[in-house]
Amino acid sequence: MNALEIADVWKYYGDFPALREVGLNIAPGSTMALLGRNGAGKTTLLRIIAGLSRPSRGSIKIQGLDAREEATRGRIGILGHGIALYDELSAVENLRLFGRLYGLPDARKRADEMLERVGLARVRDGLAREFSRGMRQRLAVGRAFLHDPEVLLLDEPFTALDDRAIAVLQSMIKEMRDRGRTIIMSTHQLREALELASHVALLQRGQIVHTGERTQQMLDDTGWLYRTYGEN
Amino acid sequence: MFLRQVWTIMAKDLHSELRTKEAWNASIAFSVVILLLFSWAFDPSSDQVREFSGGLLWMTYTFAAALVLNRSFAREVQNDCLDALIASPVSSSALFVGKALANFALLLAVEIFSLPFFVLFYNVPWTADRCLPMLLVMALGTWALTVIGTLFSALTVNLKLRELMVPMLVYPMMIPALIAAITVTTNLLAGNPLGLGVRLLVAFDIIFTSLAVVFVDTVLVG
Repeated sequence: MNALEIADVWKYYGDFPALREVGLNIAPGSTMALLGRNGAGKTTLLRIIAGLSRPSRGSIKIQGLDAREEATRGRIGILGHGIALYDELSAVENLRLFGRLYGLPDARKRADEMLERVGLARVRDGLAREFSRGMRQRLAVGRAFLHDPEVLLLDEPFTALDDRAIAVLQSMIKEMRDRGRTIIMSTHQLREALELASHVALLQRGQIVHTGERTQQMLDDTGWLYRTYGEN
Repeated sequence: MFLRQVWTIMAKDLHSELRTKEAWNASIAFSVVILLLFSWAFDPSSDQVREFSGGLLWMTYTFAAALVLNRSFAREVQNDCLDALIASPVSSSALFVGKALANFALLLAVEIFSLPFFVLFYNVPWTADRCLPMLLVMALGTWALTVIGTLFSALTVNLKLRELMVPMLVYPMMIPALIAAITVTTNLLAGNPLGLGVRLLVAFDIIFTSLAVVFVDTVLVG
């Protein structure tokens, strides 16, 4: 069974087709780099996979289940553009909250472990709004990985991160990859993405124009994929 | 599972509000000031108070409620928290019910706090045997307000003019429940039987709570 099956997905905003006939099968344990220019439809596709939006046509199955089913959503971790943290709650309160929302048997213990993992244990009782940008980003990474998701959706995860947050995120992604989790990552930062990815998919004007394994050529010449399959 | 999710959402909202007190301070201040201003504007005799007491009280509560209900889903937009909630295993109905219960608790607290000011400013004759019936009317009317307001707060969460849209959508929908609440309250304060308004409020609450729970997933997931 594929970790993710996207079949003939279309998404319209009014008359505008943001996604057109998108089909993709992602095997368990793959790390897929979802590439494309601004406005190609990467975020739209990730939002549909995450169950935040419904496709106008087509279907998405995650481990054989519909994306909107509660059992499915418990297996997905998301790191999007926003940090998805409550400014008026402390770091530990934020993580405990999401631990309870994801039904973790011991949300308190898990929150403490994650704070240690992302280097925020010493400021556990500080309010999220008082944190520096880098600290908020690390806390957001902790929230996304808190429930040990089987499928990770990362939308521009490295954008505007400081060095420490990038290091934490890269280490956690590698750990998830080594444990056989499925990762889908949209990014403009080709070097970071291609180093981590096992597969790539290129989205152009809402359509998948290339999908396949990541090759050494892609790593050696990060612009090759866009020149070969992208817009002229 | 559903109840646990509801409790988690409700506790989170109340905890956040206790920490910031943004909606509480605004709605309390608004209620007391409006009641005070109207008491200066009208200088009512005891007969006049009996005639419009219910209307005055519920107009005050309804406008104060907008300050609470506007923020209900709007507070989730900051930092994209709403996306994180929708993407989590929490069902949309549990999310809605949790938020509605938090709003209900907050609104009821505002109303109970404001009620003595109303009694004082308008020389309303008050006896202890009115407390429980008044609490019942307040609970039924406030739940009607909460359900409609919370649903429309979700509907308008991504609109730029949501602070204008929520009252514009909520108040027309609330007319049947408001008329019932006003009539029952006026009867209660005049020492008359409560009338059929209580049944109307119960029916309104059941119908609109059911509709909101059924349709909230469609509202939240576009």
